[in-house]
Amino acid sequence: MALDDQKSVFKFVGTRPDRPDGLDKVTGRAKFGADVSAAGMLHGAILRSPHAHARIVKIDASKAQAHPDVKAVVTRADFSDKVPFKPGLAGEFWNVLENVMAGDKALYDGHAVAAVAATSALAARDALKLIEVDYEVLPHVTDVDKAMAADAPVIREGAADYSVPEGLHPNVVRYHESGHGDVEAGFGEADLVVEDSFTTEATHQGYIEPHACLAQLGADGKGELWCTTQGHWIAQKTCAALLGIETAQLRVTASEIGGGFGGKTTVFIEPVALALSRKANRPVKIVMSRSEVFRATGPTSSASMDVKIGMKKDGSITAAQGIFRLQGGAFPGAPGDMTAMCAFAPYNLTNVRQVGYDVMANRPKQAAYRAPGAPMGAFAVESVLDELCNQLGLDPVEVRLKNAAHDGSKASYGPTYDQIGLVKTLEEAKAHPHYAAPLKPGQGRGISCGFWFNHGGETSVSLALSEDGSAQLMVGTPDIGGSRASMALMAAEVLGIPYENIRVTVADTATLGYNDVSHGSRVTYASGLATIKAARHAVERLCARAAAKWGIPEDAVKWEDGCAVPSGPNAGDFDPLPLADITANMGATGGPISGHFEATPEGAGVSFGTHIVDAEVDPETGKTAITRYTVIQDAGKAIHPAYVEGQYQGGAAQGIGWALNEEYIYGEDGRLQNSIFLDYRIPVASDLPMIDTVIVEVPNPGHPFGVRGVGETGIVPPLAAIANAVSNAAGVRMRDLPMSPPRILAALKARDG
Amino acid sequence: MDYHSPASFTEASALAAATTGVTRFLAGGTDVLVQLRSDMVTPDLLIDIKKIDGVSDITRTSDGGWTLGVAVTGAEMSEHGELGRDWPGIVEAMDLIGSTQVQGRATLVGNLCNGSPAADSVPAMIAAGVTVSVTGPDGERTVPVKDIPTGPGRTSLAKGEVISAVNIPPRGPNGGDAYLRFIPRTEMDIAVVGCGISLRVDGDTVSEARVSLGAVAPTVLLVEECAKAIIGTALDDAALDALAAAASAACNPIDDKRGTIAFRTEVAGVLAKRAAKIAYARAKGEQA
Repeated sequence: MALDDQKSVFKFVGTRPDRPDGLDKVTGRAKFGADVSAAGMLHGAILRSPHAHARIVKIDASKAQAHPDVKAVVTRADFSDKVPFKPGLAGEFWNVLENVMAGDKALYDGHAVAAVAATSALAARDALKLIEVDYEVLPHVTDVDKAMAADAPVIREGAADYSVPEGLHPNVVRYHESGHGDVEAGFGEADLVVEDSFTTEATHQGYIEPHACLAQLGADGKGELWCTTQGHWIAQKTCAALLGIETAQLRVTASEIGGGFGGKTTVFIEPVALALSRKANRPVKIVMSRSEVFRATGPTSSASMDVKIGMKKDGSITAAQGIFRLQGGAFPGAPGDMTAMCAFAPYNLTNVRQVGYDVMANRPKQAAYRAPGAPMGAFAVESVLDELCNQLGLDPVEVRLKNAAHDGSKASYGPTYDQIGLVKTLEEAKAHPHYAAPLKPGQGRGISCGFWFNHGGETSVSLALSEDGSAQLMVGTPDIGGSRASMALMAAEVLGIPYENIRVTVADTATLGYNDVSHGSRVTYASGLATIKAARHAVERLCARAAAKWGIPEDAVKWEDGCAVPSGPNAGDFDPLPLADITANMGATGGPISGHFEATPEGAGVSFGTHIVDAEVDPETGKTAITRYTVIQDAGKAIHPAYVEGQYQGGAAQGIGWALNEEYIYGEDGRLQNSIFLDYRIPVASDLPMIDTVIVEVPNPGHPFGVRGVGETGIVPPLAAIANAVSNAAGVRMRDLPMSPPRILAALKARDG
Repeated sequence: MDYHSPASFTEASALAAATTGVTRFLAGGTDVLVQLRSDMVTPDLLIDIKKIDGVSDITRTSDGGWTLGVAVTGAEMSEHGELGRDWPGIVEAMDLIGSTQVQGRATLVGNLCNGSPAADSVPAMIAAGVTVSVTGPDGERTVPVKDIPTGPGRTSLAKGEVISAVNIPPRGPNGGDAYLRFIPRTEMDIAVVGCGISLRVDGDTVSEARVSLGAVAPTVLLVEECAKAIIGTALDDAALDALAAAASAACNPIDDKRGTIAFRTEVAGVLAKRAAKIAYARAKGEQA
């Protein structure tokens, strides 16, 4: 799409109306995953392995089955035996099946091994204690570097795909290598080369709503599923495969969602509830506890990384190399490839090489978490850049500007950038009062850039007009960030009717074509694009009705401010015909008027951000306070600026948690030590400063209004920006996340001898 | 599970003494209900002591001390002006526990009987020399707070014994107390290290002191060496350094998910210094 076709003057887009789901949510009327019930409903509960790695010798559920309150018990035998095992991600249905119900082995602490349905939630919980499981405990490994070592226990033979070079441990299941130029020659040209190693721990998305679902599946193979999810079509497809039923026979409805951040893009309890329902012949509801959420749903990967960057005295980068090892639990999927591809993406480099490993360990199956893989790589790369700037006495923003990728740069991961906004974010950073503000003693400032690809994905949208001139818009992407508001704004812009006259519904799987998950920052881009095109489709039909009424050709009518008007003086002299006047008679003039659009749009438009962070470190306790935070990010075009700012602030807030205190802590026994919010230290409100935001708008040529996704890029720079601020405040380079007080204090002690 | 709400502590004690099953006393429930919900314990007998007369009273005693009922909540303590003027350290320690909602339920006695070495109110009470009244099958006895916990999750209370009141001594002239804890966040967390200090001054000189440390040993500690380090001094830098050294030396912590041995040992000294300065300023009337 050429830029000159792109709309740049707006009436509704760019305003900040109340969200359509706001009243429901503040009054408790909104129905979340656990809010749905059915007559005759049973409650499900899942028995989980206490071992990190164990062979399941025998499961004896006879006592549970004999209990009068228990109506069904399921194990792996109650799922489809026709799901094929394949290496890597080619066998993802098998991987998901193995994750939602263990087969021969329990692969991590919390792995599901059996489930019951009983007449109450308490009865179900108590019935689990009646199930006897004989385990043969096996050696385990939870650390990424140890999982790659020669003596590591093998999680599963044959899981590695074609990409893995020979000679690596069977726990290495995917391998990525890319780049261009000659890095060794580049390092030779450098005045200073810094090489360092970094680690990050697994963190959880921390959504406030635990997984919950209500499932019903009959002997006729027809089912209904209500669940909290970021994508009900993938839930439909996956559950159907795991239960051995036809996809179309399972109707899935997405509830309101209390946060997902990538963690609700797959299924955990849904297939189990369906299997229990099929066996009990009654609806079954399962609601996870917080502890189950931590133990058995996907955190992000942990990472171990080596980065080497060469720089000339003037700040130009001569070569960059990174090796990124990501641990993603007992299944393929850790996004080592994404980490590698994103790590150097902000920079215009002549010589760059990146390697990513996907490594299995005895931990829960990793799930996507906002720009999966990218924050870790940025932490390592931007820390080394900060060290280079410090050692060469260079300004960190100037150095990034000097090396920044721009329109036409060849990206580190291969393609050539179209129109991008990184330079603009850096210029805004340089000009921002935050960057010039003086620091107090004990404080330090950190800068980082960040990149994310953004995604398009399969998308289908329908729009139907009502007789009174209002519009209902059906989208298939669950609303995880205010998307019903932004869809209504985009539809209003095209139709020319007020925002309030448009009702946006997240349609179920039976009422709309396939829609990819709400992930990849794709919703405002892809569902937005489809909304605009569906609305334009409806406008074409409105114009046709006006043309028929006026007796002029359809192409002699155009749409302006919610009315059909003659396209020019030659078309005839007719008064503007408002939308509601056309719809009022639509039954008699040709029938209902709807618009529809479906596609897999490919022009998502990459996104960049730059963050500025001030941190203060207490040298006696190692405690960090984030004192000031500014997010600058390219949104292409902000449809609803308040929700764009919310995404920026949310990314920074989650990044603060990841950088400072959040971590999966495993004991020597391979058990998760902190599966509650008391000890999994997510930031509380008083831990956060006011997070300032600057929206940069460099339009995305691939969207009719210029939109770029904004949901993920905001979590890419924080780890590095905070680490740089803390390192500069403490006077010691922090290489391991989280930068908890014991770690910082130990680093200060080590430095001071 | 049987639930009882007796009208007296004697009755509560008799109920507990008569059962052979697992018993829990229920005051605010901020620990007991959490344990029930998370399936950590399923008591056979739950004895609710909130309905006994006087359990929500905060009373000035004839000698100038205080008696607090066992169901007095953190919020009620924080809103009681006079108690906070006498013993700001105890009130602040209690106020650090949990959220606003939890403050509306949580009690000193519950915090004590939960047996956690990281309980925030316990070092403050031990520093202040608080005692509790214990009603048992053989009548009532008075026990110093420091003698109640015997290890993580364990207390010295015998079968059938229930704490029936909290007795805070008279503050007296020229006294001040303070409690500080270390947490990695700003609130809603469990102490990695806690330190309660109560002292009295004679002019600029510390004449009496009690120093208590939390979360650095299996039970909350009363550290005599810390008190000795500052008694007779004007809390100068040398005294503070000696205090910190004594506090660190008293630590016998563990490495766990909340902190390391090295960290707890070091930070115990840092907090002791900081808490001592606050208590000293309060004793001299320089700080509220």
